[in-house]
Amino acid sequence: MNPTTNEIQSIAILPELILSVAGIVVMLADPFLGAKSNRRPLGYLALAGTVAALFATAMQRSSPGASYFRVIQVDDFSVFFHFVIIAITAVVTLSSLDYLEQQRIRAGEYYALLLFGTVGMCLMTSARELLMLFIALEISSIATYVLAGFRLRSAASAESSLKYFLLGSFATAFFLYGVALIYGATGTTNIPAIAAKLAEGSTTGLTVMALALMIVGMAFKISAAPFHVWTPDVYEGAPIPVVALMSTGPKAAAFALMLRVLFGAFGSLNEWWMPLIWVAAVLSMTLGNIGALMQNNVKRMLAYSSIAHAGYVLVAFAAQKEAGVSAAIFYTATYAAMNVGAFAVASYQAGEGERYVSIDDFAGLGRRSPVLATTLTIFMLSLIGIPLTGGFFAKFYVFKAALASDMIWLTVIGVANSAIAAYYYLRLIVVMYMKEGDESTPLLPVPVSVATGLLVAAGLTLYLGILPESTLDFAIKGARQLLLIH
Amino acid sequence: MTDNQLLPYLPVLLQLLVAAGIGAGMVALSAIIGHRKYSRVKMQAYECGMTPTGDAQHRFSVKFYLVAMLFILFDVEAIFLIPWAVVYKDLLRKFGWFGFWEMIIYIGIVLVGLIYIWKKGVIDWNVDDAKESASGSD
Amino acid sequence: MLHQALFFLIAAMCVAGAINLLLQRHPIHSALSLIVVMGSLALLYLLLGAEFVAMIQLIVYAGAIMVLFVFVIMLLNAGEEEHTRGSRMALWFGAPAVAAIVGMVVYVLTSNSTTLREVHLGAWASTTHDVAMPLFREYLLPFEVTSILILIAILGAVVLARREH
Repeated sequence: MNPTTNEIQSIAILPELILSVAGIVVMLADPFLGAKSNRRPLGYLALAGTVAALFATAMQRSSPGASYFRVIQVDDFSVFFHFVIIAITAVVTLSSLDYLEQQRIRAGEYYALLLFGTVGMCLMTSARELLMLFIALEISSIATYVLAGFRLRSAASAESSLKYFLLGSFATAFFLYGVALIYGATGTTNIPAIAAKLAEGSTTGLTVMALALMIVGMAFKISAAPFHVWTPDVYEGAPIPVVALMSTGPKAAAFALMLRVLFGAFGSLNEWWMPLIWVAAVLSMTLGNIGALMQNNVKRMLAYSSIAHAGYVLVAFAAQKEAGVSAAIFYTATYAAMNVGAFAVASYQAGEGERYVSIDDFAGLGRRSPVLATTLTIFMLSLIGIPLTGGFFAKFYVFKAALASDMIWLTVIGVANSAIAAYYYLRLIVVMYMKEGDESTPLLPVPVSVATGLLVAAGLTLYLGILPESTLDFAIKGARQLLLIH
Repeated sequence: MTDNQLLPYLPVLLQLLVAAGIGAGMVALSAIIGHRKYSRVKMQAYECGMTPTGDAQHRFSVKFYLVAMLFILFDVEAIFLIPWAVVYKDLLRKFGWFGFWEMIIYIGIVLVGLIYIWKKGVIDWNVDDAKESASGSD
Repeated sequence: MLHQALFFLIAAMCVAGAINLLLQRHPIHSALSLIVVMGSLALLYLLLGAEFVAMIQLIVYAGAIMVLFVFVIMLLNAGEEEHTRGSRMALWFGAPAVAAIVGMVVYVLTSNSTTLREVHLGAWASTTHDVAMPLFREYLLPFEVTSILILIAILGAVVLARREH
């Protein structure tokens, strides 16, 4: 009897397999197409890959469990994040189709890197082995570093790529050092095994040190303060669809990783990491919102806003228990929908060479393109947290969980921050509708691909704001399984 | 200390010492007992017997970077073959052909990268070299 | 005893190489010092009984990556570096922070030295065989997935370093 065959259940990594194969086909097809030929079919291929991967993820729900020698864990938690991440990639692909042609960016490599990066992000959510997590983290990070530098004609893009690469690999090194120390302390890198070991023994300096180092690495990836300084510069230079991806996809994956590590492995040490998360949450919300107030560039504004939103998710981390974890999961999904949508609008409005990215350039968008203006309004209202949008329930669940854990101050700071944030989001809406733009700027007809992407993102944002129950149930199930596993 | 497993490395250490000794010895001896005469021609950089022209530090083509980068990547791939070769018989005995196919899949995926760079012409140095070498940074 | 003596000898070589790397003003000289650092790290791994890792350190880092370093230096035609006064931020915040972290690591490792196991000189903690068996079984998936990582690196190198005609 071959002992290995029953460990290898390809269903456990089926979405990743599909995405990898799609990526490989795109990568191989690119050089075989002529230099002048249209690269759009490669985009459709990538899109088909993501849709197939979504179906594969749906199939995974019926076969949960650990496989690949307990490296991969399929449960509601991983399936939920798979849905979120692959949907993000699909919408990013849709908004890239026209953008790439407009900016004359090499499409073949772009889509291949997008798909491979998604493989890494997906594995980050289903891995339960620190080694696997690390390699998945590297795959997702390195793909994004390269994607950030895809505007070859722009010095800002090269700067963005280099800054992201240098600081990012430094942060990953911290994470890896933490992994090495926890292996030294417990003799294993398997997350449930670490949890079991930590629960039985007394806490040593070694485990606390490992925990601290891993938090540094993860906080960088979610751009939580005080590890957020890279965010505005990197977002400013990178191509906008890539920013849409990296402000949501790798971040959702990093939140999943952080949930898995903090609650899965270090659950018994929560009195150690709780204060750290509390401080990081307060700093991220405050610094992010204050920073965003002072920006005139939409990309930089959304970069600071993404720091602030990382802070709100960390509030849910601090709230802990099932309510906190499920709120964090729900928030990640909502944030992904509204943020990827906002960037999709920006990427189309930016024009050739990304010239129109300052807030004033959005003047008169309400007249020039009602579709873009309406959807962007939905995303902005959702980012504020207005009822009937997903952002409302996301914030509501987070603060509810925080109050239930008696974190009054954290809740007060969070709510105050949401109020500050309303200013800069509303400012963009006001500029779009109230301010007259240059009369000579032409109308902006929206191509089908961009419209489809916007429709999906806006639809999901509204759906999460009107009918959040089923998604929340899903998130609660995921949270329950995450907390049960050790 | 008969079971000391660093012992096989003793010849390596000895060889290192001998190599360092010979190198240092040659330099030291010639410095001590050699005659020294300086002339302008003698102090010139040696360039295969020809009169040197220009600066030795001219800019390299960006192609060297790509070659070095690809070398690292395939080097890393080759590194994985070593442990596989070491345990190959055990793998076959314990897991059957699975031990063979897991490496073939791995190599197959990396092979895609080779086909890609081949078709992209990265390793083709004949294509308008002049254009390429000058355009590294602009 | 011998183990400690060897360790301190090699560690001193490593640190000296690293300091020299920072002090040299010509990038090629720094790169050569880096080889010393990499080589002595390989020796340290060997001392710890990690034969396979030591070999990889030599082949990949001291070999392939150093070739890349030297190529890039020649590519950029980098001359002697110019000295700036250095950032005040780095001096007032960076240096104390580094000192604090190093101090913490040293404290934690020494205070836990009783619980951590020791490696005896010449006792192989892991032979290539020991590394290989889990790699192709328990860690099968992480191993296979590194091939995707290699593909990403190939794509990245080609995209960023090569112009499309």
